[in-house]
Amino acid sequence: MELLLNQEESMVKDSAKEFLSTHAGPSLHRKLRDNNCSRGYSDALWSQMVDLGWPAVLVPEDYGGLGFSHVAMGQISEQAGSYLASSPLFASSVLGVSAIELSGTQQQKEELLPSIAAGELFLALAVDETPRHNPEFVDCKAKKSGSEYSLSGEKLYVVDGHISDKLIVSAKISNNQEDIGSTTLFIVPTASKGIEITRVPMVDSRNSSTIIFENVHLSERQILGGVGNGSNVLSAILDIANTHLAAELLGISIESFRRTLRYLKERKQFGVNIGSFQALQHRAATLWSEIELCKSIVLKALRSLDNPNLSTPRLASSAKAKTCKVAALATNEAVQMHGGIGMTDEFDIGFFLKRARVAQLLFGDQRYHTNRVSELSGF
Amino acid sequence: MQDLNDFRLETRDWLENYCPQSMRTPVVDEIEKYCGGRRSSYFSEDQRAWVESMISKGWIAPTWPREYGGGGLTKEQEQVLKEELSAIKARSPIFSSMGLSMIGPAILEFGSEELKRQHLPKMIRGEIRWCQGYSEPNSGSDLAGLQTRAEDFGDHFVLNGQKVWTSSADKSDWMFCLVRTDFDSGKHSGISLVLFDMESAGVTVRPIKLISGASPFCETYLDNVKVEKNQLVGEINKGWTIAKYLLTHERQNIGDIGNVTRSHTLSEEAVESIGLHEGRLSDSGLRTEIAEWQIDYECHQLTMERVNLEIESFGVGNTSAMLKYYGTELNKRRHELEMSIHGGAALGWGEDSIARPWLRSKGNSIEGGTSEIQLNIISKRILALG
Ligand SMILES: Cc1cc2nc3c(=O)[nH]c(=O)nc-3n(C[C@H](O)[C@H](O)[C@H](O)COP(=O)(O)OP(=O)(O)OC[C@H]3O[C@@H](n4cnc5c(N)ncnc54)[C@H](O)[C@@H]3O)c2cc1C
Ligand SMILES: Cc1cc2nc3c(=O)[nH]c(=O)nc-3n(C[C@H](O)[C@H](O)[C@H](O)COP(=O)(O)OP(=O)(O)OC[C@H]3O[C@@H](n4cnc5c(N)ncnc54)[C@H](O)[C@@H]3O)c2cc1C
Repeated sequence: MELLLNQEESMVKDSAKEFLSTHAGPSLHRKLRDNNCSRGYSDALWSQMVDLGWPAVLVPEDYGGLGFSHVAMGQISEQAGSYLASSPLFASSVLGVSAIELSGTQQQKEELLPSIAAGELFLALAVDETPRHNPEFVDCKAKKSGSEYSLSGEKLYVVDGHISDKLIVSAKISNNQEDIGSTTLFIVPTASKGIEITRVPMVDSRNSSTIIFENVHLSERQILGGVGNGSNVLSAILDIANTHLAAELLGISIESFRRTLRYLKERKQFGVNIGSFQALQHRAATLWSEIELCKSIVLKALRSLDNPNLSTPRLASSAKAKTCKVAALATNEAVQMHGGIGMTDEFDIGFFLKRARVAQLLFGDQRYHTNRVSELSGF
Repeated sequence: MQDLNDFRLETRDWLENYCPQSMRTPVVDEIEKYCGGRRSSYFSEDQRAWVESMISKGWIAPTWPREYGGGGLTKEQEQVLKEELSAIKARSPIFSSMGLSMIGPAILEFGSEELKRQHLPKMIRGEIRWCQGYSEPNSGSDLAGLQTRAEDFGDHFVLNGQKVWTSSADKSDWMFCLVRTDFDSGKHSGISLVLFDMESAGVTVRPIKLISGASPFCETYLDNVKVEKNQLVGEINKGWTIAKYLLTHERQNIGDIGNVTRSHTLSEEAVESIGLHEGRLSDSGLRTEIAEWQIDYECHQLTMERVNLEIESFGVGNTSAMLKYYGTELNKRRHELEMSIHGGAALGWGEDSIARPWLRSKGNSIEGGTSEIQLNIISKRILALG
């Protein structure tokens, strides 16, 4: 039953839908934006998420978590897309937890996972240094002297960077002049001396920041996943990131389509509902079909995260590529079919277009992942 | 569960013994496909043995009742059988059978006991090949507008009219045919479904040549064709219900079309034909389009799988129009890409032409209800737009 939700997963989905539909949604998002909320999410919403155990979903039971599957967490990611819910779940409870769980030492796990699960510690992933996703380009340097390192460089588009307690940073180890190791990951406390974090306002009004490191002092114990092992670990983390973003994009597509369909049945022009025009019907039917396809690939890719195998990277990229394309279509069609009102800030549909655009670009857009699929398939 | 496992092992064992090695290879040429019917012949002795073994097991129609020659299997057993067949890449014993896939299930569902006994065993044994007489020159998408008349003469009907696009009419033995039996009531309420022998007096078949050069379908003229009343499927004037039931079956079959097991994927074909430069397909535009196609193809395959599971588990399903629409559009895209991959080599008109299947694929989004009609169905029935 790979392509159906089991009971536990359905329960998570239903409760996420019920909770977020009443406690999150466009009006909360609008309030956060208009009030220029400094943390970028609602503390009240977050503490309820903590009560529901969401930050603990992916954390193994041994470390104070629930030990649920990615499929279960993916249901929350999807609903977070539908209800535009911003929270530290993605950066901390999905990416942070996965990174530590996949590659942390026993000590790192014991130190970090229980507090992330309790919603008390926030992590963020600092990877990109270029406007378009390119995890292989790493100009950040960790200069080695003895068993100590000194980190310098700049990271862009760090989700939740400015609210995080610790960053996971990719850097190249060097001695004074040359690179001496391939990419390595470090766990860096944001309180360290030499770190400057600037929150950058983005089109989706969510958290994003630019981070400058200047001779940040690090010890060997802060290495995550071993020296020179950064690319391998990172690529597994990014597969997880992109699959959950695909689930979010699916949620965005489903909700913007639902709103559009409702509008087609309400809005009258020429004396009839605009939904009676075939020009719009066929586009709606095509979009519905595309969304059905997205549901299947997202579920398949989430399952694959729970049972990683050779196809996992390809499935993750396929899911991201497909949902990027369909979310772009769904949100563009949504604005178009709403006519003039879809262009107004007062109307909510634009929020979906904006969030979809950012989620698409984050960790690789449709073009990036289509290319990765062909690369992974040997052509 | 244990029983199902036993069944799997028995099936595997049986197939090992009765499926000849040559029947476990991909079909290279259309003429290797056995379609049954009075005029059919076997391509090889292995083929004869394979078809006859499957007939004797009843596995030509795995879930049909044994009394009509079927296998009497449960749905779960049928699934196991399919999995075992596909594991050894076994060829379908009888190909593209409108009997097994369309009128057979309709007779089982709506037909009289007499019709079941008369027709089902012969379908299964491959003795009679069937064709579908729906479309007419003036009613294609608007099927319910059909004008072929069946007049009531007490114990029989007399048919007059013209059918068109009748696939394989020239190779078929019987037709299931939609006719108008009530000329005064509404469009949908005066239609009946009848069966007749293509050798009946007054049936004339004229093959139509397609853009692909082949003649897989015909015009069928009906001139005072006598049809016994007992060849009526279901009730008189209730044929539209059965027609809709059948169209759903047909859609599922055509939607499956991209699903043919091929020895090469599109990207392998491209690598072979165009070559790699530093590990990547030399033509970057084509590379992107092929990757996009492969992603969509996988999504469609997974969706068929998911939808079937949902139907089995929850008994709901209104997705056949979507799968038909998407599957056929994908198949057309596949052939477009194949033409581009092979360049000039695809343009030849020989027997192994790449252009012929490309041209044939254009019909996928027309036959069995056009893509536009599928989108209408999705809009009306699923999205409730109107
Ligand atoms: C940026 C901007 C500037 C504007 N400036 C001005 C201005 O200066 N002065 C002014 O008077 N107006 C202005 N407009 C209004 C503009 O002309 C209308 O928004 C436009 O005509 C569409 O009407 P509507 O918004 O009511 O959408 P609707 O007519 O309700 O359309 C909603 C959707 O239904 C579709 N639709 C409607 N009828 C059919 C049909 N028969 N068949 C198929 N699809 C159909 C539309 O294409 C659209 O996708 C402006 C609009 C915008 C966005
Ligand atoms: C390869 C092949 C095999 C076939 N085999 C058989 C067979 O065995 N038996 C049989 O009975 N028939 C068969 N057909 C016929 C097939 O079912 C019809 O061709 C099909 O239903 C379309 O009808 P038409 O050709 O009259 O086109 P039309 O109905 O005239 O359609 C012309 C165009 O108008 C569009 N259109 C029509 N109505 C609408 C609407 N309401 N909204 C939007 N667009 C619309 C169509 O989508 C199409 O693009 C076959 C056809 C093909 C191509």
